[in-house]
Amino acid sequence: MNILQNILDESGFDRMISRLAHEILERNQGVDNLVVIGLRTRGEFVAQRLAAKLTQIEGGTVQTGVLDVTLYRDDVRHHLKQPEVRATDITFDINDKHVILVDDVLFTGRTVRSALNALLDIGRSRTVQLVVLVDRGHREVPIRADFIGKNVTTSRGQEVRVRLREVDGLDAIDLVSTEA
Amino acid sequence: MSSLSIPHLLGLHDVPKQDLELILDSTDTFLEILDRPIKKVPTLQGKTVVNLFFENSTRTRISFELAERRLSADVVNFSASTSSVKKGETLLDTARNIEAMKVDIVVMRHAAAGSVKFLSERCTSRFLNAGDGAHEHPTQALLDMVTIRQKTGSLEGLNVCIIGDIAHSRVARSNIYGLLTMGANVAVCGPASMIPYDLERMGVRVFTNIDDALDFSDVINVLRIQLERDAGADFPSLREYHNAFGITRRRLDALGKDMIVLHPGPINRGVEIESEVADGPYSVILPQVTNGVAIRMAVLYLIGTRAE
Repeated sequence: MNILQNILDESGFDRMISRLAHEILERNQGVDNLVVIGLRTRGEFVAQRLAAKLTQIEGGTVQTGVLDVTLYRDDVRHHLKQPEVRATDITFDINDKHVILVDDVLFTGRTVRSALNALLDIGRSRTVQLVVLVDRGHREVPIRADFIGKNVTTSRGQEVRVRLREVDGLDAIDLVSTEA
Repeated sequence: MSSLSIPHLLGLHDVPKQDLELILDSTDTFLEILDRPIKKVPTLQGKTVVNLFFENSTRTRISFELAERRLSADVVNFSASTSSVKKGETLLDTARNIEAMKVDIVVMRHAAAGSVKFLSERCTSRFLNAGDGAHEHPTQALLDMVTIRQKTGSLEGLNVCIIGDIAHSRVARSNIYGLLTMGANVAVCGPASMIPYDLERMGVRVFTNIDDALDFSDVINVLRIQLERDAGADFPSLREYHNAFGITRRRLDALGKDMIVLHPGPINRGVEIESEVADGPYSVILPQVTNGVAIRMAVLYLIGTRAE
């Protein structure tokens, strides 16, 4: 796996989170009734940072949760792969809340599709708004993000690799080639 | 790896530790679903599960059926009393007919030890053993293990004693295999007439005195005296059994230590266990039942979505 292009480094990362936070606040006019839910694994940590930024700007508290969509994936049902299942951890009521759904990369849209189904089983939120750090195109279902950190043009043989301090020890987003 | 190495769950004998850990670790996911307003996920949508019960069961069948429905599987129930078994059909013919109806997973209980394995080798469906004779009852042992782990965090080095009719108990056998694999110290206790010989060779300690057993234990798993299996032949009277081996509040309080009390149900109150214990602070009997649904969901998920 070789790096083709560095999309974002440490300092750019924080600026991107700040901008996304401001956009979310502008659209929702504050943090009232706002909850932030990250998709496992990396969306979870992006969600925490986003929530911290929202509180830092606006004050108040923003609840965060984690959604595991493994059981809702269409590739599991078709024996395509069997990822590890981990628990969803949302300890608050999402009914009538504005849910900010957070993932690192938007690609085929299938993960987000699963997440929307999973959210519906937990409650009826007022809105669901999708935040991604990178939109790399190649959608297979009609899904779009509401807030996008960066649009990146990619080909199928490439991958957007997001590394986060919490998991990988550093913050970086790179475009990498998966072809040998 | 997050896939099971085994295609069927026939028993816990010879199931590697990493498979047991994967099943136990997955249970939290499914417990969380049971707390939701909509207790259903689409994971096994389009899969058909048949509950093939040649022997009566209420709680295991309901627990499996709930687990199946909560994973959105299509469920068919079959019980021997209403079936062509009565008309003399053989086990293999019954199973082949069911399989010809394109069933993905078979959950099976039968009075004959080894019957589930027998069919799993002759059919293409995935098999889950829900109890075969006095052989194994793996999901019961898994739910026992997960319940213990919720209390203690780990099974490694834990002293667990199974009390009662060990010789006729599939629950005991599955628990012994599973607990030993997970690194627990396993003991059994009961009337000598109900303890199979040679257990020590498996690394299991044998107590014939209940107080010695309680002294040893962090956890006790109290088995039901199976009145229907003419347990009366192995000891003089229920009252005598209760006096010698019954778990009473007084016995537990006298120990002056923490104790976790499991029972696979249904309980014979006042025989193997006193009501005051079954309903008291030592007991995890009802959490066992909840965990039973979750662990069966975990097993159905892991077996049902496992890549061929």
